[in-house]
Amino acid sequence: MKKIENASQLDAYRDQCTAGRNPDRPMIAVCTGTGCQAHGCDKVVDLLRTELDDAGLADKVEVKTTGCHGYCEKGPLAVIRPEGILYQRVKEKNIADIVSKTIAKGEVLDKLLFFDPATKERVKLEKDVPFYKLQERLVFGDNGHIDPTSIEDYFGIGGYKALQKSLTEMDADAVVAEVKEAGLRGRGGGGFPAGRKWESAKNVAGDVKYVICNADEGDPGAYMDRSLLEGNPHAVVEGMMIGAFAIGATDGYVYVRNEYPQAVRNLQSAIDSARKLGLLGENILGSGFNFDIHISKGGGAFVCGESSALIASIEGEVGEPRAKHIHMAESGLWGKPTVLNNVETWANVPLIINRGAAWYKGIGTEGSTGTKIFSLVGKVKNTGLVEVPMGISLRKIIFEIGGGITKNRAFKAVQTGGPSGGCIPEEHLDMPVDFDALTELGSMMGSGGMIVMDDHTCMVDVAKYFVAFLKEESCGKCTTCREGLQRMYEILDKITEGKGTLADLELLEEMAPVIQQGSMCGLGKTAPNPVLSTLRYFRDEYLAHINDKKCPAGVCKSLTAEAQA
Amino acid sequence: MSAESLSREVAALYDNNSANIIAMLQEIQSRNKNRYLPRPELEALAACLEIPVSKVYRIATFFKAFNLEPKGEHMVSLCVGTACHVRGAAKILTALEGELGIVDGGTTSDLKFSIETVNCVGACALGPVAVIDEEYFGELEGDKLPEILNRFR
Repeated sequence: MKKIENASQLDAYRDQCTAGRNPDRPMIAVCTGTGCQAHGCDKVVDLLRTELDDAGLADKVEVKTTGCHGYCEKGPLAVIRPEGILYQRVKEKNIADIVSKTIAKGEVLDKLLFFDPATKERVKLEKDVPFYKLQERLVFGDNGHIDPTSIEDYFGIGGYKALQKSLTEMDADAVVAEVKEAGLRGRGGGGFPAGRKWESAKNVAGDVKYVICNADEGDPGAYMDRSLLEGNPHAVVEGMMIGAFAIGATDGYVYVRNEYPQAVRNLQSAIDSARKLGLLGENILGSGFNFDIHISKGGGAFVCGESSALIASIEGEVGEPRAKHIHMAESGLWGKPTVLNNVETWANVPLIINRGAAWYKGIGTEGSTGTKIFSLVGKVKNTGLVEVPMGISLRKIIFEIGGGITKNRAFKAVQTGGPSGGCIPEEHLDMPVDFDALTELGSMMGSGGMIVMDDHTCMVDVAKYFVAFLKEESCGKCTTCREGLQRMYEILDKITEGKGTLADLELLEEMAPVIQQGSMCGLGKTAPNPVLSTLRYFRDEYLAHINDKKCPAGVCKSLTAEAQA
Repeated sequence: MSAESLSREVAALYDNNSANIIAMLQEIQSRNKNRYLPRPELEALAACLEIPVSKVYRIATFFKAFNLEPKGEHMVSLCVGTACHVRGAAKILTALEGELGIVDGGTTSDLKFSIETVNCVGACALGPVAVIDEEYFGELEGDKLPEILNRFR
């Protein structure tokens, strides 16, 4: 492939890719995200190709294997374009009918359509299915339209336009100003304004600077970064390139979990094909901008989601955080100015550059602009990844998009913010979801895990679960985190065994601020959240364990009727 | 291949630069039939990179991805992420441990099975879920386990 040397060659290449994508040409987009793979989509794809071949339709209809569409509950998913018909729970036995009826004759197969329990009707189009209807899939929506391993596909949907605009129509100051004005806040958990980070790093003098993409998604129950990297890696690459141009970085690193082999493969393929086209390397688009991206595979440590621990790990050290008073923008990776953002944050950047800060600010709330991808999981009917504008209520996400609680049981709580987030009860479900509102409720945005719990979930057990996770993952550097979490765990374990006392609750509340204030990094600083938020909203349940020796949800083994008999 | 020549080969893949030590250890472990890091290989890598063995050992014990004991032929990775936890993963773990006669992290004496618990495999819709040799088994119930495991016995 010939290298692209300037903007007009890039335009020509994009036109060529767009022309190759006839929007009216029939296409079956099959989701091959992790959820659908677990449902057996690979066999569906193989059989679909064979059947189309046998029917002599292989030239007329394209089978596209895409990344995650989000509606994991109903996988394997297939969307028939251009109409946008959604077939769900597609099994091998359905393939013959799809080819001979839908593809050959245009007949819609009712039994594969989504059945809306509210209206008792089948829904034909993907966009009309309640799960998708309330979403605003700006970042995640492209997943369903492209083959993540094809740079042509990414160009076909307007890819690398934002990079081109940055390099040819804007300068570094203008890019930083746009991102700052858009109000983009870090999607990895902290919610720090990305533009401000960029500005600080840009203003530090230096020939060597770095950008880093944090893809060490360690929150149990959250998989949106993985799905973005798997399904649309070029969006992340393009975002990093724009950020690097803005601050003057020459190299970028993606720190990705080794447990995500598909994400690593697709990202590597995206980097390789961008390099082949000359979009990564020297003198990109003839602008004099040099930049390349490297992958660094993590060793599986939750604490490496913390920026300074992550950097230590890239440098080949154990992932222990350092004090925060040294700013990454001045002294980050190998002591050089560094900007670190997570996968979703980087993927938002091309959107902002393409459509402008004014447009972006129009979505979401004043303090939290844009959309956020959540992984909506647990005891909810529609498990999956949802992208919604900031400011939408939790109730809408759980009951309208999520379809309510499985088996129509009673809602108890929703846990947001990962292991060190908090549990939010029914009475706060109408709060708008944004960075600040969630913090006010004693939880946090985190990276976007949203775990729904019903009346069969014991909140003391949940608190114990998170503290157990965090004590395992504590790197051990700060005594308060290392020892404090161990003690918290022992107390919670005692309560779930029916041996707790009221003094234990006081002790937990006394320990929490010590752990928060005495720990250096975000892990320790937020670790008591699950205990504090459950004590705040579900104290009754703790009291039932302590005073009545009962676990109202029937989860704690020592307190069930059989154990006591 | 001797531990020394393996280390030399892997170190060369990563420019003999000890900053890439995590990637090197991942490579050495992935080439080992029982997916672990035997002591002679840790020592050989340290010698090759001219760093103390204690530094290699520190990395190998800090990150969860590394094993210092041999693992079984089939790895049963049970998801205990939050979504699977609220759907009863703890009960499945107890059943799994009973079925194989080993605890979490352990390996059967015939080196056939190992159990590990992992945090989120991204298949929350199917929870509780286990992955055995890259194959997903969802909506697990304790009494389904013998049948599933028999396929690998």
